Amino acid sequence: RRFPDFSYITQNGRLTDFLDCVIISHFHLDHCGALPYFSEMVGYDGPIYMTHPTKAICPILLEDYRKITVDKKGETNFFTSQMIKDCMKKVVAVHLHQTVQVDEELEIKAYYAGHVLGAAMFQIKVGCESVVYTGDYNMTPDRHLGAAWIDKCRPDLLISESTYATTIRDSKRCRERDFLKKVHETVERGGKVLIPVFALGRAQELCILLETFWERMNLKAPIYFSTGLTEKANHYYKLFITWTNQKIRKTFVQRNMFEFKHIKAFDRAFADNPGPMVVFATPGMLHAGQSLQIFRKWAGNEKNMVIMPGYCVQGTVGHKILSGQRKLEMEGRQILEVKMQVEYMSFSAHADAKGIMQLIRQAEPRNVLLVHGEAKKMEFLKQKIEQEFHVSCFMPANGETTTILTNPCIPVDISLGLLKRETAIGPLPDAKKPKLMHGTLLMKDNSFRLVSPEQALKELGLAEHQLRFTCRVHIQDPRKEHETVLRVYNHLKGILKDYSVQHLPDGSITVESILIQATAHSEDQGTKVLLVSWTYQDEELGSYLTSLLKKGLPQST
Amino acid sequence: MAAHLKKRVYEEFTKVVQQQHEDLSTKKLRLTKPSKSAALHVDLCKATSPADALQYLLQFARKPVEVESVEGVVRILLEHYYKENDASVRLKIASLLGLLSKTAGFSPDCIMDDAINTLQNEKSHQVLAQLLDTLLVIGTKLPENPSVRMRLVEVACKHLTDSSHGVRNKCLQLIGCLGPVEKGVAKEAESQAAKDVQKIIGDHFNDQDPRVRTAAIKAMLQLHERGLKLQQAIYSQACKLLADDYEQVRSAAVQLIWVLSQLYPESIVPIPSSNEEIRLVDDAFGKICHMVSDGSWVVRVQAAKLLGSMQQVSSHFLEQTLDKKLMSDLRRKRTAHERAKELYSSGEFSSGRKWGDDAPKEEIDTGAVNLIESGACGAFVHGLEDEMYEVRIAAVEALCMLAQSSPSFAEKCLDFLVDMFNDEIEEVRLQSIHTMRKISNNITLREDQLDTVLAVLEDSSRDIREALHELLCCTNVSTKEGIHLALVELLKNLTKYPTDRESIWKCLKFLGSRHPTLVLPLVPELLSTHPFFDTPEPDMDDPAYIAVLVLIFNAAKSCPTMPALFSDHTFRHYAYLRDSLSHLVPPLRLPGRKLVSSAVSPSITPHEDPSQQFLHQSLERVYNFQHLDPQGIQELLEFTIRDLQRLGELQSELAGMADFTATYLQCQLLLIKALQEKLWNVAAPLYLKQNALASAAAKQILEETYKMEFMYSGVESRQVVIIHHMRLQAKALQLIVTARTTRGVEPLFGMCEKFLQEVDSFQRCFISELPHMQGSFVDKLLDLMPRLVTSKPSEVVKILQTTLRQSTFLHLPLPEQLHRATANIIEPTGESDNPLRFTSGLVVALDVDATLEHVQDPQGTVKVQVLYPDGQAQLIHPKPADFRNPGPGRHRLITQVYLSHTAWTEPCQIEVRLLLAYSSNRSKASTRIPKSTWSESLEALPPSENGIEGTIPFSKPVKVYIMPKPARR
Repeated sequence: RRFPDFSYITQNGRLTDFLDCVIISHFHLDHCGALPYFSEMVGYDGPIYMTHPTKAICPILLEDYRKITVDKKGETNFFTSQMIKDCMKKVVAVHLHQTVQVDEELEIKAYYAGHVLGAAMFQIKVGCESVVYTGDYNMTPDRHLGAAWIDKCRPDLLISESTYATTIRDSKRCRERDFLKKVHETVERGGKVLIPVFALGRAQELCILLETFWERMNLKAPIYFSTGLTEKANHYYKLFITWTNQKIRKTFVQRNMFEFKHIKAFDRAFADNPGPMVVFATPGMLHAGQSLQIFRKWAGNEKNMVIMPGYCVQGTVGHKILSGQRKLEMEGRQILEVKMQVEYMSFSAHADAKGIMQLIRQAEPRNVLLVHGEAKKMEFLKQKIEQEFHVSCFMPANGETTTILTNPCIPVDISLGLLKRETAIGPLPDAKKPKLMHGTLLMKDNSFRLVSPEQALKELGLAEHQLRFTCRVHIQDPRKEHETVLRVYNHLKGILKDYSVQHLPDGSITVESILIQATAHSEDQGTKVLLVSWTYQDEELGSYLTSLLKKGLPQST
Repeated sequence: MAAHLKKRVYEEFTKVVQQQHEDLSTKKLRLTKPSKSAALHVDLCKATSPADALQYLLQFARKPVEVESVEGVVRILLEHYYKENDASVRLKIASLLGLLSKTAGFSPDCIMDDAINTLQNEKSHQVLAQLLDTLLVIGTKLPENPSVRMRLVEVACKHLTDSSHGVRNKCLQLIGCLGPVEKGVAKEAESQAAKDVQKIIGDHFNDQDPRVRTAAIKAMLQLHERGLKLQQAIYSQACKLLADDYEQVRSAAVQLIWVLSQLYPESIVPIPSSNEEIRLVDDAFGKICHMVSDGSWVVRVQAAKLLGSMQQVSSHFLEQTLDKKLMSDLRRKRTAHERAKELYSSGEFSSGRKWGDDAPKEEIDTGAVNLIESGACGAFVHGLEDEMYEVRIAAVEALCMLAQSSPSFAEKCLDFLVDMFNDEIEEVRLQSIHTMRKISNNITLREDQLDTVLAVLEDSSRDIREALHELLCCTNVSTKEGIHLALVELLKNLTKYPTDRESIWKCLKFLGSRHPTLVLPLVPELLSTHPFFDTPEPDMDDPAYIAVLVLIFNAAKSCPTMPALFSDHTFRHYAYLRDSLSHLVPPLRLPGRKLVSSAVSPSITPHEDPSQQFLHQSLERVYNFQHLDPQGIQELLEFTIRDLQRLGELQSELAGMADFTATYLQCQLLLIKALQEKLWNVAAPLYLKQNALASAAAKQILEETYKMEFMYSGVESRQVVIIHHMRLQAKALQLIVTARTTRGVEPLFGMCEKFLQEVDSFQRCFISELPHMQGSFVDKLLDLMPRLVTSKPSEVVKILQTTLRQSTFLHLPLPEQLHRATANIIEPTGESDNPLRFTSGLVVALDVDATLEHVQDPQGTVKVQVLYPDGQAQLIHPKPADFRNPGPGRHRLITQVYLSHTAWTEPCQIEVRLLLAYSSNRSKASTRIPKSTWSESLEALPPSENGIEGTIPFSKPVKVYIMPKPARR
């Protein structure tokens, strides 16, 4: 089987009815490559949400992808340029932190994710249940983008990528310094530096890095980047300054950092120019195109250098030279001897294990789900997440369904009068703490209302019933009835200081609304019977009182 | 009840208003005063709608109110307050009450009761909050009245249960500012209010509104600032607040935790979920470290800043902050720092060319990895990699402070600091270089670290390079290769940026004198000497060669074996450099050469310094000149002045002192010359020449005295008296000269009066110094004062003339340290022949770069003056941000001056110079008049009458060639 296999999407016709919306987190092809196929060939007419930079850059990449697949590889069942255009018409662009109401229930909100220009994490919310999907993100800032950030939105589920689940990286600054030092040394020696890159993302980061270094160090050697895609992409980077990091945003008033002073467009003829130079050329793995051409020209000179800024797939020239091969067999049985220096620098823009944990700490989700990574590595991270945050963590395989239990909130309307009355009782309400309220819950016509008992009775047309508890307590006391009552009264008064205890003229005692009466026992005059009576609302106090009386009165002095 | 109360108050105050009116009109005949409140009253009565009333109040608020009428105005306002139904107008009135009670000189206790009464009937929350604010103002105005404060606090406590956050906020603020602080008062309060302020505030730590929570923490901090010792029990409460949802709460909580950690560093707190216990300061340190990776950058900055001041933390926790374990696919990986260290210790140079050089090594136990740091772990690693530069700067600063107090920590944080040299923001880079310089006593740089440090020398920013030179001045290098590397990089720097010459030489001077033994083996290579062959003599004017020699000579100072390695021409070059660059080349004891001047034994302390002695002796001589004839005095003075000036040139450390005294003597000389008797006795028509001379002398003395007063740092009040005295004499001289030249008496009256006023103010200002001035001009003058006041101008002049002549010369005591303010314009150099061309009518920016020495408060005093050939002068005030402070007593001005002119036919030179501005009332009245808080629109105060403003040029003018071209049409 060959991948990508778009037939995986669905075989059963149009999808508009099944989906409310489609969200694209960023423009990398592993996140948006099948979009035109999906919307035009499978069929989807609903909204597609992406950020502004993604919307701008995505069609260029898709077009490039289509060209390579159709024109070079000869794939037939593939989308056309027109389809890309039609697809892009369905796109709705969103801003960061803008809440978009997709339909009556569903709302989405984008957060900054770093990674590449315009990458976003999305919060998807229905009622009070929410999911955050991170897409790819980066928690450490680089030369052109900031770090991912999310507020304490406490989603029910956080779906996070986990590319580097088992890696903790060294500081970016060390890598950058190494990189610059190598380039600087080579250029000073008079050598040429080749940096094979992919058109978007790392290319711009490294451009900014070299540009500022050249500026700082007052260097004169020319820097070139290959024309075409990179040039177009740089144009968009210039436009979307607000999506870049602090430094670029702050200095943009004086000068847009993407208006390179030292970096110029490359021409094929420049490769043979004498003297030092630095060239960014596509593609990044040295498997074809301009970068390979330049590599063949420069490989023979030991003064030159090639720096691989990223991962290389097995079988490519890039991978071969990185694994130390010095003699390469090119097409046509040519043997190319590599004398130039080969360097490897990892400039990756995914969050490492620490970064993932940091994001979880920021968002405080109730559940975590790991995707976009290898099972074995995810296992480790899962264990760590469960251990540190005490939240459940899932890592479903492709096609596997995970069920997550949530505690949805059910909104209930409450009349203002009742709310005010109930909050007035007791101390001021505490922040975010549940508060107990008394009322009657009415479930009527698919709506919930909390009303006062009287109102509930009125609405339902019911008569009010009183429920009273009565209890008899026997006390051994030879004295007269009213003396006993007086003793009880004094006793209660002494204990229940916060309540109003009253001795009524008719010989009974009231504690709040609880009534206590004493009668002599019909058979035994030495035993007095205390009758305690309370309504069900006062159940707590009433039962406390009976238990108190059952203990008996203190011996009078 | 409320209506009754209202009525009562209403009656009461109408009475008061009437009284007020009577009072004012009977007491003073200034009709404007009562009309102020009356006008307001009329206005407010006229107002038909709340909007109108609001307009009137706003207008009223723009003008200040005199102290006497404040109370009346308050009554009027209160009357309207009770009548008013509209909340916004009441709000404005309440805020006006607060503003009015701030009026200086007004004691607000009389309006306090009214303000408290108004609180009781108020329904609107906003107005309530504003009224509480007013009460707060009243309370702060009455600091020494505990009963008032108690009452206000009680009122505030009552309103703490209000449902609006604004009201609760203000209540807490009030309690924080006015709550009882002393123990004794608190006891008393217990009987009255039976409440403990800390407990009341603490209860609001978990209020439902985040703003109230913040206010509660702030109130607690306010109490702490006012001197109340907070209870330790708050600590656990504060810790809970660190996890609050709102950043302002967390930010304040971090501060509170810090305060508590400083109060109770040694108490023991338990660690939750285990039965261990640790010191509170360690626990707090861990908690604040945790906040360095908070979601909000405000909190992160706050946390990082506070970390620096927690020096009591134990080293174990401190070192954790730099901890970072790397792994890749669950296998342990070494950080770049560790690798560099290993490579260094194994004696290998970093190849850095292998893929998988950093390949992960051992497997790690999955259970042992701590992904989310607990406590202090990796706090600085996080802080230094933060995306906001504010956080990074704060982290670097904190690192600096902690490293200064702990050498072992300094050693550990070195790698991280070196990394910061490559930050993308220049401020951060600069800060980290400065930090490194500050901790350089505790550290020795490894070679690979030095390599990274030196790479920054190529930076195009001058500030960075110079900071780095300063850093290298005080670094310890461990190997001779290190020294060599540093030298090579510095020379590279020199060729790339020749303007750095001075700074690099200075740097090498210190580098050499710090590491003589490391330089020694390098000498043959550096001087390129050969055991058998003579090598060609290098060019003496080559800055790079001079740089090498500076390094070697300074090393040779403490390494007597080194000169043996020198070749002949090196000795010659030494002699030359010792003369031309004496501040960089130390005196050496060279074999076979007699260098007497260099044989000064270093044991001589400045006290016995012959030049110092010379200074004092020559002054002694001058002060005893009374017995000499006038001619002799003049000659003596002239010679002494010449000597002193020469001394100042030779001995840089005595220059300030010598110049100062020379100027003083110069003044005296001028005075003597002007008063020469025989000239004054000539007939009236011949006055002319004499008058010109005398008035010129008077003018010059005035100028010189201003220079003496304002251009020297370290001038004490003793000197100021003498200077002012000299100025007074000059003014007397001026008066005499004018009296002789002007006809008629009328103008003289004014002048005399002014002079007498000045004498009077002199007496008032320096009353304590007068006993030291026996026999001086002013002493005699004060004796004659009663006579002077009553006599006619002509007599006054006569008296003055004789007193001036008879008065003795005052002895000028010298302060310990005296430095003359100097400025040196580095850029523009004034050497360019290419005119700066620009289109007339437009502006051109001229970069000005100057060093200032011994200037106090340069931001306020230093100005740039541009003189155009047509005599037009332009004065520019540089921005405060243009001044940098690289060291004590030194400043650097880097600014841009905008030039513009109409078209010229040919290029011409303009002059740029620096001026020192002064105003004579600045020195005395160091306490500036506080700005009126009444209203922002109040105009700036007019300068006081006797303040004399002026400028002193204190740098050499630099000529700039410019050419404004006519605009093309």
